[in-house]
Formats: sequence, structure tokens, C-alpha cells
Amino acid sequence: MNTNLQFDQIRLPPECNTLRQEARAFLAEEIAKGTFDPHRPGHGDAHDRAFSKRIGAKGWIGMTWPKKYGGHERSFLERYVVTEEFRVANAPVRSHFVADRQSGPILLKYAPEHIKANILPRICRGELCFVIGMSEPGSGSDLFAAKTKATKVDKGWLINGSKIWTSNADVADYMIALFRTSPPTNENRRHGLTQFLVDMKARGIKVNPIYQMSGEHDFNEVVFEDVFVPDDHVLGEIDGAWKQATSELAYERSGPERFLETFYLMLELIRSVGSEPDIRCADGLGRLVAQLHTLRRMSVSVAGMLQSGKEPVVEAAIVKDLGTIWEQRLPNRVRELTAFLAPEIANRVTLEEQLAFATTIAPKLTIQGGTTEILRGIIARGLGLR
Amino acid sequence: MTGESDHIVAELAARIFADLGDPKTINRLDDGAWKTPFWRALSDAGLPLAWVPEQLGGAGASLADGFATLGVAGRFAVAVPLAETLIAGWLLMRTGLEAPNGPMTIAPSRPSDRIIFGKDATLSGRAIGVPFASEAQNIAVLAQGEAGIVVALVSTSDCVIDESQNLAGDPSNAVRFERVKPLRYARAPSGFDHAALMLMGSVSRSVQTAGALESVLSLTVSYANERVAFERPIGKFQAVQQNLARLAGETAAALAVSGSAANTIAESDGFDQTTFLEAASAKIRCVEAATEGASIAHQVFGAIGFTKEHVLHRFTLRMLAWREDFGSESYWAAELGRHVAQRGAEEFWPMVAAR
Repeated sequence: MNTNLQFDQIRLPPECNTLRQEARAFLAEEIAKGTFDPHRPGHGDAHDRAFSKRIGAKGWIGMTWPKKYGGHERSFLERYVVTEEFRVANAPVRSHFVADRQSGPILLKYAPEHIKANILPRICRGELCFVIGMSEPGSGSDLFAAKTKATKVDKGWLINGSKIWTSNADVADYMIALFRTSPPTNENRRHGLTQFLVDMKARGIKVNPIYQMSGEHDFNEVVFEDVFVPDDHVLGEIDGAWKQATSELAYERSGPERFLETFYLMLELIRSVGSEPDIRCADGLGRLVAQLHTLRRMSVSVAGMLQSGKEPVVEAAIVKDLGTIWEQRLPNRVRELTAFLAPEIANRVTLEEQLAFATTIAPKLTIQGGTTEILRGIIARGLGLR
Repeated sequence: MTGESDHIVAELAARIFADLGDPKTINRLDDGAWKTPFWRALSDAGLPLAWVPEQLGGAGASLADGFATLGVAGRFAVAVPLAETLIAGWLLMRTGLEAPNGPMTIAPSRPSDRIIFGKDATLSGRAIGVPFASEAQNIAVLAQGEAGIVVALVSTSDCVIDESQNLAGDPSNAVRFERVKPLRYARAPSGFDHAALMLMGSVSRSVQTAGALESVLSLTVSYANERVAFERPIGKFQAVQQNLARLAGETAAALAVSGSAANTIAESDGFDQTTFLEAASAKIRCVEAATEGASIAHQVFGAIGFTKEHVLHRFTLRMLAWREDFGSESYWAAELGRHVAQRGAEEFWPMVAAR
């Protein structure tokens, strides 16, 4: 049993402040140019590759990676600042964000040298979009029940099956996917899956769009029919993907994107209640501010602990659990707190548009990247309960 | 940042708490006789006056040391006026007043109470919910004088003190000052006011609450691993695991935000907008965590957990009682909400991101 939770008091170092001002200036310029509208989430092109290239040119993709692969060898705290400024501004980062957060680090760790040298610099330039292939029609949270098969052939593997809920698959250049290379064993049901890099232009891949209830098109189904993947595209140990997943997940789970997805509603709430709110609105707003500040302090702390080489796996899962529930509940809290405001408040149209959008995307926040139930299972395991 | 010295002071405190203030032992006792040797040991170690410099009669430890001690005190649900004496010493020290030995408390300890410092240099007014006033020898009072804020040291024997208690059975008294002549007094430095005292008290309570939650989490997880029902430990049931994960989340939130606020006060000179955001947030979020955490823990323990015999209530009732001290979460939420609203939407994110 270990119930000791640790949150080191990490403050962002001074160089982060300069970087933050640069990021804000860049975003203000892009907003002025009309690249995106910070007040209208869900509008415009979420996959703006030209925008990603401009971000890459600023050195803000692959910030922590080695320079020899196009990275910038900056700290995780510096990356943190850029991530949160882009989130808060509602900037369209979908084209490069998965590669920057997850795929790049996996390649850095497990890909052969010539693949790293080829792909990583292009990610850093904002030229490449990645998709994650984990869930299948018959398996989601139960990752290790995946059935899509990789069969050994001469010089590579043949893939057959399908992946689902794959964001970006329609525009992505590469997928990092889990495929079954052996059956699970009696001793270890997680055995038998291998991580692969798949070129989305390979013959035999078909992408079918799935529309969400918000009207957005983000998800897809990807069908593989005898898709050839060369041997050097195997990432890590054959049959041993389950050993590779843990430490990266801490980065994926605890970032500011795990509580800032509906942040625009905080700003719209402040605009709605005006400079002299009644006691009900003041109390409600104050609680939200305290909760947000707490989440951010937790998240920065985890980033700092990761930077210093610690592995705060439970703390990271807690940040995502609390963070996603907070951002999911925010739309309804804002709806309640603005219920008695005059119908003619100046930002009524924007507020209602944002509420409608946030309400329709809210359910996904506690599902994507590990459901609430899975996260709590991880926390319970960390506490020594399973 | 946690320095070496925090470690030493907090470890010293933990040893004394374990030897003479163990909650399970205390819970079996019928009277408060344990308090005298316990307080003596704390005093001998210099803990109650840790925040008072040596030339004013204290131990001259850092603010970080004191907060670390309060975290450990929370873990032991310490039921003597250690936090109160620390804060009182800190209040006296801010105005250069010497601190006496013996347990102290602070008035006012609620945001709406005001004590008046009259032209005749006496104190008048009423403060409610003053923690441990009936067990303290002296009170450090923050009063409004005509020419500004005054800090005064008052003997409790000169005040009228009722016998009220908080949820945990600790003294939480109404104190009446009827033209009380202070033992000594001094003008407070500029920028130091009633709000600053409430924020300092709130952060202290938040740190104690986080400590209490750490113990509640540890007790509850142990119990879930031991208690068998339906032929297995209840901790093996997913429904129970999910609740314990939530308890860990609330504990984590309380630890992170109270630690952040304590660190902010320890590293800064005065009480500015930054301290306000940190300290008010800490009290709001720690109270939420206490409320949620206590209810989860009691649910896991079932009937045994709300017996007098079981130690759980020493933690849960104390953290629930602390919710009211130095401003409730509702009070601070309204204050924080008004502050944010006044500054407007454009200034909101920069304010949060500056921490």
C-alpha cells in the first residue's frame, strides 16, 4: 500500500515568461490575420496545416527533442507554457498536436535511427499529422483485447482488421498502432501486441468518416486489408508493447489540455456576470477560479516532477481525472450561473453558441485518452488496492 | 521549494505528535490530562513560537518550517492550539511585539468580526468562533484604531469567554472585549490588515486539512484492504476502488493547492493579489476536499467509522470544523469571484498563468 501523494512546489522558471509573451504575441497576430476566432470554438479548420508550419517555424513543435532531430532541447516546462497559451486562445493545433505530444516521443524511444532522422524533423516543421490506432470496433478501454492482426511475411508484416475512433485519420500522414502479433498467453493476457508505425498512404488502407453528435468530423474508422508494413517500422519489442506504455502516459494525462478544453466558457462567464456580480454569481465564479487554479498547480507540478526524472504516475492520472470532470461540468455550471442574468447582456449570442458547442462535446472529455473508470482503476492500483 | 530544514523541524514535530499526541491513544482517554505534557514537549522543542524571531522570544524558524509542521499536525489531528499560537506569534512579530510563552490564540478569527481600539487604548468588541480561546493564556488581537490597525496582546483572563465548541469538541469560543487594557500593543505596518490575517489563518487551516486528508486516505485504504465482506477485502470491489480513487483525488488537490499557497506566503513579503488568489483558492478547494473526502471515508468504513470508539472522527470532524475558521469557502469564493469580475475577462488568464 502506498498512499503517499506528492506535489512538488514547481514555479515556472523566468525563461518561461519571455516565451509566454512570445506565444501571446504570435497568437494575437494570427487572430488579427483571421487564422482563427478565439471566441468561436468548433468553427474554422481545426486541421490548419499552414498554421502548424508557422508554429513549427517558431520552434514550438518538438520543443523538448534533441536538436539533431529538429528539436529544440527546451524543458518540459517551456513546452507546458506554449501548450497552455495555445489552448487558452482556442488555436487550431490538431494537425500537429498528437505528433508533438505522443507520437514523436514514441519514435524517439523506439524507432530505428534512419526513421527518426527522416520523420522527426518534419514533425518539428509542422509538416506531419499523426493518428493513434488503439481502439477497435470490439475493444476500447480494454486495449489488450485488440484483434487487428499483423502477420509476418518476407521483409515485413501484413495488417488486416480495423481501428476506430481514430481522430485525424482522414488527414494524417502516419499512424502509430497496436496490432496483434501473437495470441495472449495464459499467464499474461497483455502479451502479443506490437507497436507499429504505419504510412497512411500505404495500399489497402481505407478511411471511413464518423460524424459526432456535435456535427464535427473528427473520428474515423480505418480498415486495413493486406496492408504491408516493413520490418523497420516495428516500434520496440515484438509482442511486448504492454511494457512500453506506462511512462509516456504520464505526459499524455497530466497536460493543460486535460482541463482547458472548455476554458473559453470561463472568459464568457466573466464577461456575462459583469464587473459587479451578485452574490450567487460571485460565489459560483470564485469556486470555479479556485478549482481551476488548483488543477493548474497540480498539472505544473507533475510537469516539473517529470522534468526532474520522477514518475508521478498516480498523480498524473489524478490530474486527468479531476481535470476532465471539471472541464466537462463547466458548461452546465456556466449555464446555471448565467440563468438569472438579463436576456439582453451584450455577449448573449456568443455565450449561447459556446454553451451549445461545449455541451455537445462535453461527453468525450471523460472518455478520450483513458476513461474516468480506467483512470480510477490506475489510481486504485497505485494505492495498493489491486 | 522544500528545503532541508523543513524536514528536520517537521520530523521533530512528528516524533512528539506520535509519542504524546497519538490520535488513537487520545481517543480512548476520558479527559484532557494528556494536553499538559504534550504542550510542554511542543514548547520545549520551540514549535509553538516557531514563527517568532529569537530576539522576540521565539525559535526563529522559517515560514516554510512552520507550515510543514502544520501539515504534520493535520496528519495527527492535533487538538491543542499549536496552529493558533503559531499564527498569534506571527501576528505579534509583524508589529515587533514580544511573544509570551504559553498557548495563544488570535481574534478575530471570522471575517465579519471587528475589534475596536479606542482612544483610551482599550479594546472593545466581540469575536465568535475563536479557536481554543478557553485554553489559551493570551490572545493576539488585530483591532481597528482611529489612526489605523493595531495589534495587541491581551490576557484571556481580562476577557469574557463562553464555552462553545466546534464539531470536533475543541473549544471555539465567543470572546467579549469590554474596554480591555492590552498587555502591550503596537501599530501594524502599512499594507497589513484584517484580510491578511484571515488569509494567513485560511492557509494554515488548509495545510492542516490536507494533512488530515492524508491520514484519512491512508486509514481508509488500509481498512478497505483488511475488511472482508462477500468473501473478499472490500477494497477488491470496483465500486469501493472508484470511491477511494476519488478520495485520493481530493487529497491530492488539497495537498497541491495548500502547498502552493503556503509556499507563496513563505516566499513573499506582503499580501498582494497573488497571495489572495493562492490563499483564497486554497481555503475554497481544501474545504471542498474536506467535505467530499469525509463523506467518502465514512462511506467506506460503514457503521464502525462513526462510532466514538473509532479514530476516524478525530480527523473528519476536525477538518469539517476547520471549514468555518478564518472565512468559509463560501466567503472566500464570493470575494474571489468579485475580484475576478472586477478585473475583467482579459486579465483573468494572465492572473492564473502568473502562478
